[in-house]
Amino acid sequence: MSTEGGLLLAAAVLLPFVGMLIGMLAGGRMAQRIAFVVMPLGLAVAVGIASAWLDGSGPVVYLLGGWSPPLGIALRADGVAVAMMLAVAGVVTGIGVFALADFGTPKGGAESRAAFSYWLLLLAVWGALNLVFVSGDLFTLYVALELLTFAAVPLVCLTGSGETLRAALRYLLFALTGSLLYLLGAVLVFGAYGTLDIAQLAQRVQPEIASWTALALMTAGLLAKTALFPLHIWLPPAHAGAPAAASALLSGLVIKGSWFLVVRLWFDAMPGVVTWPSAQLLGALGAGAILFGNAIALRQARLKLLVAYSTVAQIGYLFLMFPLAFDAAAGRIAGGLALSGGIMQAISHATAKSAMFMAAGTIYSALGHDRVADFAGLARALPLTVFAFGLGGIALVGLPPAGGFVAKWWLLSAAASSGQWWWALVLMAGGLLTAAYVFIVVTRALRAPGAPLVIAPVARLSEMAALGLALVSVLLGLLAVFDMRGLIAGRPSMGA
Amino acid sequence: MTVETLIALAACALVGIGLYALIAHPHPLRKLVGFNVLGSGVFMIFGALARRGAAAGMPADPVPQALLITAIVVAFAATAMTVALLLRLIESTGSSALATEPPSGDGDAL
Repeated sequence: MSTEGGLLLAAAVLLPFVGMLIGMLAGGRMAQRIAFVVMPLGLAVAVGIASAWLDGSGPVVYLLGGWSPPLGIALRADGVAVAMMLAVAGVVTGIGVFALADFGTPKGGAESRAAFSYWLLLLAVWGALNLVFVSGDLFTLYVALELLTFAAVPLVCLTGSGETLRAALRYLLFALTGSLLYLLGAVLVFGAYGTLDIAQLAQRVQPEIASWTALALMTAGLLAKTALFPLHIWLPPAHAGAPAAASALLSGLVIKGSWFLVVRLWFDAMPGVVTWPSAQLLGALGAGAILFGNAIALRQARLKLLVAYSTVAQIGYLFLMFPLAFDAAAGRIAGGLALSGGIMQAISHATAKSAMFMAAGTIYSALGHDRVADFAGLARALPLTVFAFGLGGIALVGLPPAGGFVAKWWLLSAAASSGQWWWALVLMAGGLLTAAYVFIVVTRALRAPGAPLVIAPVARLSEMAALGLALVSVLLGLLAVFDMRGLIAGRPSMGA
Repeated sequence: MTVETLIALAACALVGIGLYALIAHPHPLRKLVGFNVLGSGVFMIFGALARRGAAAGMPADPVPQALLITAIVVAFAATAMTVALLLRLIESTGSSALATEPPSGDGDAL
């Protein structure tokens, strides 16, 4: 049965896509205008879903055409989906405001091809992400994942230079391989259990060779798409080469799509299939990402590459939740503190990293370069932007009251209560390394310049957008006061 | 051996060949062919499962077939997009090589 507010789930998915199609047909400057009409509407829909979810007792459900699974398709929004949808709506709006400077078309001017593509792709990424969050079955998730890839790859090569085309092609090949491995796993699941619906699967699935193979294949494919170490090599050139407004979208939001799918699989579809060694392996890859990504980020001379490698490291944190959520006594993945910590980490990273990429983009366009060694005097020339970068950095390091602090606090508590102290060590070492490179950038920017710094004018609105998202990431921790933990994971989710 | 098992085994071989081509061949066009071979393998497994899962009196389970069509369309779109990107790459750089020197500034100490 569809629940109250179920139709809003369809609206959350359809709205961006309808906007994209109208924009494509209308052409010219309309794409940008439509994007700015869709943004407040999309935010309102996300808030509407959240309130419908708060009023109800289980997930918000919408059955397409009234057909129930396994023949029909169900859209469902549980606590994690609602939290992610709200975060994505907010970040997309922030990025959209920032992008006005780069991709906005002045009155009467002709719209450039890159700008036209950007606004359409922004909406497409949003719609695809919402579909990932609300999809109730593995095949719809596959389609959502492909939509996300098709929207994200052109964002990498908006400028059309050879280097970015190469990065985009490499990203596309990684992503396509990943999706086919995922599809192969989904096919095996259907063969073994006769359903692709997540709620039904959770009841039917057994820990046996078919489900182990399927889960391993699907997870491996998704890791390639998420760029978890050691499958990260496509990410830094792709994210660092794109225009700042696109990098923010790719680094902050797109990688969360495939990560969220791993969460769906491990926590909702097959919690009983997961074994202790597999959860530890996923955590070990995350730990590798944190240590490797942070160490390489420390050695970067250019700011955009530094921020991109920092994303490689932060993806690692998103995978530490899997071993921490493993209930050794019951031999299965359980939600709780680790799940809340992981979701909080994802939202905190989405806001902070978008803000940092935007700040890096503003710095690049002001200075004409982004060599960290030549940043002296920058803090005086661009105080808002350097402040936004620093605040984003604080959120990544995890200082209170940032969302990153709460996320790490929950993850550390989960590590303590499950006796897995080694992940706590990784969490803390990663925080120190993150602090080191944020500190290097900020102190360089605070130095007095040898010669007066000449900078190109930058758009105040873009600076404010970056600062706004950075502030959100720093203040996210205050939400914990309202018992966010209970909101996210305190209720039975998909399986209910 | 039933026909379904034979098809499934052939499909496994296709998956293996496709995956090998995707990983081992440096040229993007060969990788793309590998992607399509891998995809064909996945679709064939799905087809074999549809036959095995058929209810009595039916030639095949219709659900996998419906999903299969969607998956083929998606794979076709992906192939078209890869070819378009590859053509643009050759147009703008004159080469289709994926391997490059690391991005400028990479690895330099601060």
